[in-house]
Amino acid sequence: MSVNAIVVMIIGMILLWGGLAASIFHAVRSSKTNKAEDLG
Amino acid sequence: MERSTWGTRAGFIMAAVGSAVGLGNIWRFPYVAYENGGGAFFIPYLFALLTAGIPILIMEFSIGHRFRGSAPLSFFRMSGKKAEWMGWWAIFVSFVISVYYAVIIAWAMRYTLFSFNQAWGEDTEGFLFNDFLQLTVSPGETGGIVWGIFIPLAIVWIITLGILLAGVKKGIEMANRVFIPTLVIIFLIIVIRAVTLDGAMLGLDAFFKPNFEAIMDPTVWVAAYGHIFFSLSIAFAIMITYSSYLPKKSDVTNNAFITGFANSSFELLAGIGVFAVLGFMATQSGVEVADVASAGVGLAFVVFPAIINEFPGLNGLFGFLFFLSLTLAGLTSLMSITETYVAGFTEKFGISRRKAVAFSGGLAALISILFATQGGLFFLDIIDYFINQFGVAALGLVEVIMVVWVLRKTKHLQDHANAISDIRLGGWWKFSLGVITPIVLGYMMFGLLRLNIFQQFETETGNYEGYSNMFTLTSGVAVASGALLLGILFSLGKWHKNYRYYDEHSEHPVREKE
Repeated sequence: MSVNAIVVMIIGMILLWGGLAASIFHAVRSSKTNKAEDLG
Repeated sequence: MERSTWGTRAGFIMAAVGSAVGLGNIWRFPYVAYENGGGAFFIPYLFALLTAGIPILIMEFSIGHRFRGSAPLSFFRMSGKKAEWMGWWAIFVSFVISVYYAVIIAWAMRYTLFSFNQAWGEDTEGFLFNDFLQLTVSPGETGGIVWGIFIPLAIVWIITLGILLAGVKKGIEMANRVFIPTLVIIFLIIVIRAVTLDGAMLGLDAFFKPNFEAIMDPTVWVAAYGHIFFSLSIAFAIMITYSSYLPKKSDVTNNAFITGFANSSFELLAGIGVFAVLGFMATQSGVEVADVASAGVGLAFVVFPAIINEFPGLNGLFGFLFFLSLTLAGLTSLMSITETYVAGFTEKFGISRRKAVAFSGGLAALISILFATQGGLFFLDIIDYFINQFGVAALGLVEVIMVVWVLRKTKHLQDHANAISDIRLGGWWKFSLGVITPIVLGYMMFGLLRLNIFQQFETETGNYEGYSNMFTLTSGVAVASGALLLGILFSLGKWHKNYRYYDEHSEHPVREKE
């Protein structure tokens, strides 16, 4: 694989899979916060 | 009368992702990316995801969640009869898609079994068209029923309608909770095996190598927006229907981000898997990757079986996993497409879910037999083209223009989404919906109309795939226009008394008043 292709592959993975991970992380964090608020 | 709801947020997200992740993610995205600049395609693709895909998803999730109904009922509650027709149009587009989509899943199901002994032999193309599809008639002729397709087709409908009969929580949600993780695990196994094959790096290089000059070409941007649009199950009535089953307190904006990114993440995974095995195939045959790269039915049912034949070991298992992944991806999408009209008919006519599934699903299953005939592939091909371009894409353009510019509901939907979501919608969302999406989709639609009306395809007849004028008009144009006409016709009827009323402060806004 050429260097350009490897760089693009890594950037693509970071943006798409990272975007998914960040959105799921946000959902999990906000559900924990909501639960804590409900209990409080 | 209480409305069905999802059991959990994860259940809803699995179902929405299951709907978005379909056959196109596996057999369309890798080739579209490869043909449009390789790695450089990710730039317009990401722009399209953030300025059209996710904004429209947020809009549809907000409409469904705010007005709590199937697409026609949500539009009716939003703006009355002047919007309801769009919901019915979307439902009839979904109905048409479901009748042929089920047949492709039936093919994949049959190929899953063929994989064990590579029943397709050495001539995979001849096997598909002559032995399996028995394509011996001309376009427009049906010929006899092909029982080898009819039987798996019946199984596909029994599974789909059985899941829908079980309801939203116990049927759709449960099925997606099993199918989606299974699909991801199977595809991970495929990708891991694929990237360790000889020549895999050659394929990945072809897929990811960026051609930055391509992104200066407007057609590449249109291809990116077009792909995102078709890939995310938007303008199908699906996302409106699914979000209408969410409880009142739901973060619709973040749900849209998760769905959009999950769909794209799977596409990237599919691209890696597909091009790694194409690199292997090219190496084995001593040709360039460009010579084996293809998309759609040809990729799945001709090229992949040929690749499976060449596998160094466990050919049957690899083929089984690949076609099983197609079957699972197809089934999760088919159940979502079918749910749109089950929900619509239930609410419009006040009939039980069981009756709606039996009547509308049964009718779809009956019509789909047309595609299990010897001439079925021609009907499938032309209807797929016309209903996607002049059904889904046209509807998306009309939906965005109507909601943003004619009915002026952006502020209302924005306030609703912001009231229940952590991520605040602002100028980005309004500009994407009101300006970027209509311009890109409008440009795309203009090109499509010109291509079809002035018969500018590079074929003998100038029509799509060189089909005759008669076949194009009676099968393609008639079906796409029929979906719109039926949509308008259905919007003229009255809603059943149980669904006319709406209490926006209730957790279950659909209630009986009489």
